[in-house]
Amino acid sequence: MGDPITLIAEFIRGLLTGWGFSSGLVTLILKFLGVGAVASFVLVLDILLVWVERKIVARFQDRLGPNRLGPFGLIQPIADVIKLLIKEDILPEGADKVVYNLAPIFPLATVLLLWAVIPMAPTILGSDVNIGVLYIVAIGDLGTLGIIMAGWASNNKYALIGAFRTVAQMVSYEVPMVIALLIPVILAHSMGMQSIVDAQSVWFVVMAPLAALIFLITSIAELGRAPFDLTEAESEIVAGFHIEYTGMKFGLFYAGELLHALTVSALMSTLFLGGWRGPFVEQAPILGVVYLFIKAFFVYYVIMWVRYSFPRLRIDQMLNFCWKFLTPLALVLLIVTAILDKVLAGAATSVYILSNLGANLVIAWVTVQILVTYAKRERQRVGQEREIASFRKPEVEELIAQEVVK
Amino acid sequence: MTPITIVFLITAIVTLGAAVMVVTARNLVHAALWLILTLFGVAVFYVLLSASFLAVVQVVIYIGAIAILMIFAIMLTRRVMQDTGPTVNQGWWLAALISIALFGGLSWMLSTWIGFDTNMPQLSQGADSLQQLGQALVSPNAYILPFELASVLLLAALIGAIMIAWERK
Amino acid sequence: MLNDWLFIGIFLVLAPIFPGLAIVITRIIAPRKPNLLKSQTYECGIQTFGDTWVQFKAQYYIFALVFLIFDVEIVFLYPWAVAFNQLPLFAVLEGVLFILILVTGLVYAWRKGALEWV
Repeated sequence: MGDPITLIAEFIRGLLTGWGFSSGLVTLILKFLGVGAVASFVLVLDILLVWVERKIVARFQDRLGPNRLGPFGLIQPIADVIKLLIKEDILPEGADKVVYNLAPIFPLATVLLLWAVIPMAPTILGSDVNIGVLYIVAIGDLGTLGIIMAGWASNNKYALIGAFRTVAQMVSYEVPMVIALLIPVILAHSMGMQSIVDAQSVWFVVMAPLAALIFLITSIAELGRAPFDLTEAESEIVAGFHIEYTGMKFGLFYAGELLHALTVSALMSTLFLGGWRGPFVEQAPILGVVYLFIKAFFVYYVIMWVRYSFPRLRIDQMLNFCWKFLTPLALVLLIVTAILDKVLAGAATSVYILSNLGANLVIAWVTVQILVTYAKRERQRVGQEREIASFRKPEVEELIAQEVVK
Repeated sequence: MTPITIVFLITAIVTLGAAVMVVTARNLVHAALWLILTLFGVAVFYVLLSASFLAVVQVVIYIGAIAILMIFAIMLTRRVMQDTGPTVNQGWWLAALISIALFGGLSWMLSTWIGFDTNMPQLSQGADSLQQLGQALVSPNAYILPFELASVLLLAALIGAIMIAWERK
Repeated sequence: MLNDWLFIGIFLVLAPIFPGLAIVITRIIAPRKPNLLKSQTYECGIQTFGDTWVQFKAQYYIFALVFLIFDVEIVFLYPWAVAFNQLPLFAVLEGVLFILILVTGLVYAWRKGALEWV
C-alpha cells in the first residue's frame, strides 16, 4: 500500500513465474530491471543537475542563467549533451589509445555504483550489503584510479602533473573522511546503510555535528570542487588532468563530477540527516524517496553555496589543513565518542544524546580557540618586514656612501 | 554447474589472465593496470566465499592505496612513455615448464585433500560474523595481542618509510 | 547475502555500459579528421619540447605512503566499531590505545617535516 515499486516487482515476479521460469532466473531478471531502473533514474537526474547548477550559480552571481531554450532554460542541458556528442574526437599524438579511451568511463561508472547501496525508502533499496560504509570508500578509490589513468594517457606534462596533484589531494582527504565515517558506525553499531538509517530515531547530525561537518568538508575536497579545486584551476594548471579530452569524454568527466556531488549529498543525508525518515513514511514508503531527495538537494545547495563563496586554496594550505587539522580533530572526536558511548552505556537516551552533543560543542570551541591563536600567529609572521633582495653589491654601496659624504 | 561455479570460473580465468599479462606486459604502467584487475578478481573471490568485509578491505587497501602507491612510484621514476624492452630472457621456456609442473603438483596434492569435494558450509549471516570479528580482535583470549602489535608494526613501517624516503633539506 | 552482492555484480557489469554508450555514439556521429596540427598536445601556447616525464618529487610518494598506513589502521578499527555494543570498557580502551600509537606516528611525521609541501 503506497509502495508502487514493490507492487510492480511482485506483479512482474508473478507474471514471470506464471510463464514457467525458475525462481532463480526470475530473481536475476528482477535484479536486472532494478539495476536498469536505478541507473536510468540517476542519469536523468544528472542531466537535470546541469541545469540546476547553472541556474543557481547565475543567481549567486546576480544574473539570470540560461533562459532561452525552453521554459526557464530547461532544455539547455539537452542542447549541451547534443553539442558534446557531435564534437570531433581528437586523439593527442603519442597518447595511449586503450587507456585514453577507457579512462573517462571510470568516474561516471563508479558514481553510478554508489547508488546501489543508498536506501531510498524502508523497502526500496538496491542492495543491503552489511558493509555499506566501506563499500562507499572502496568505490571512491576506484574513481581516483580513473583520474591517474586519464592524466597519464594524455601524453601531456600538465595533465600528468594535474593528475598527480588531484590524486594527492583526494588521497589525503580520504583519511579524515574514513575516520569521520567511523562515528555513525559506532553510534549505529552496524556498517549497513539501512541499519544506520534505522538507528536514527534522533538524527546523527544532532549527536555528532562535528563528524557531519568533517564528512562534508572532506567530501567537497574529494569531489575536487571549490574551494579545493586547485587542480582544475584554469589560470594555474589549465584544466588539469582532463586537458586533452574533447567532446563527450570531457562531458563524462563533467557530468560525473556533478553526479558525484549529488551522490555525496545523498550519502550525507543518509548517514547524518536521517535518510528517508520523515512523517508518515511507515504508511506510504514512497514518501521516503521524496524526503531523501529533499534532504539531498538541501545539502547539494549548501555545497554549491560553499563553491561560489570561498576563494581557492593553495595546495600547501590545502594539505596542511587536511593532515594537521582535520586528521587530529577527527581522531580526537573518535576517541571521545568511543569513550562516551561506553561510559554512558546504561544511561537514558536523552542523557546520551545531550552528552554527545555537549562533547562535540566543547571540542568545537577548543578547536576554534586553537585556530584563532594560530591565525593570529600566521598573520604576524606573514606581515613582518622582510629583507628585500638587493641588487647592489657591498663595493657599490661603499662608493655610493663616499659619494654622499662628498 | 551452479551459477556460483560459473562466476568462479570466469573470475578465475580473468584473474589468471591478468596475472600473466602483469608479467609479460612491455609497458610498466600497463602492467600496473593489469595488476589492479588481478586484485579486483581476488576481491570477487572473497565475495564468493561470503567474506564481504575482506572483499571491500581488499579493494580499499590493495587497489586504493597500494596500487596507487606503485603507480606513483612507476610514473615518477621512469620515462614510461617508451617501450621498456623485452620482458623475457633466454630461459623463458624453462620457467614456464617449472611453473606448469608446480601448478600440476599442487593441484594433485590438493585433490587428495579431504575437503576438496565437500560443499561450502553455510556461515552465519554477515552482520553476526562482523560482530564476532570485532569482538575477537579485542578480546583478551583471542587476538588482542596481535591487534596491538599490528599497530606497533604500522608505526615502525611509517617511521622507517619517512626515514628512507624523506631527505631533510 | 549473496543475493545482495548479485545486485552489485550486475551493476558492476552494466554501469560501464552507459558511459561506454556515450563514447560509442560519439565515435559514430562525430566527424573525425585527424590532422597533425590538431593532434599536438597542449603546452600553454608553444610547441611541445622534451619527453613527457615529471621530475621526481618525493612529496607525492610520501603522502601516498602516510595515507596507506592510516588507511590500514582505520580499516582495523571498523570491526571494533561494529562490535562496540558488546564490548566491555576495557576493550574500548584497547582500541583507543591502538589509535594513540598511530597518533605518535602522525606526530613524528609532522615534526620531521614530512607533511610539508615544498
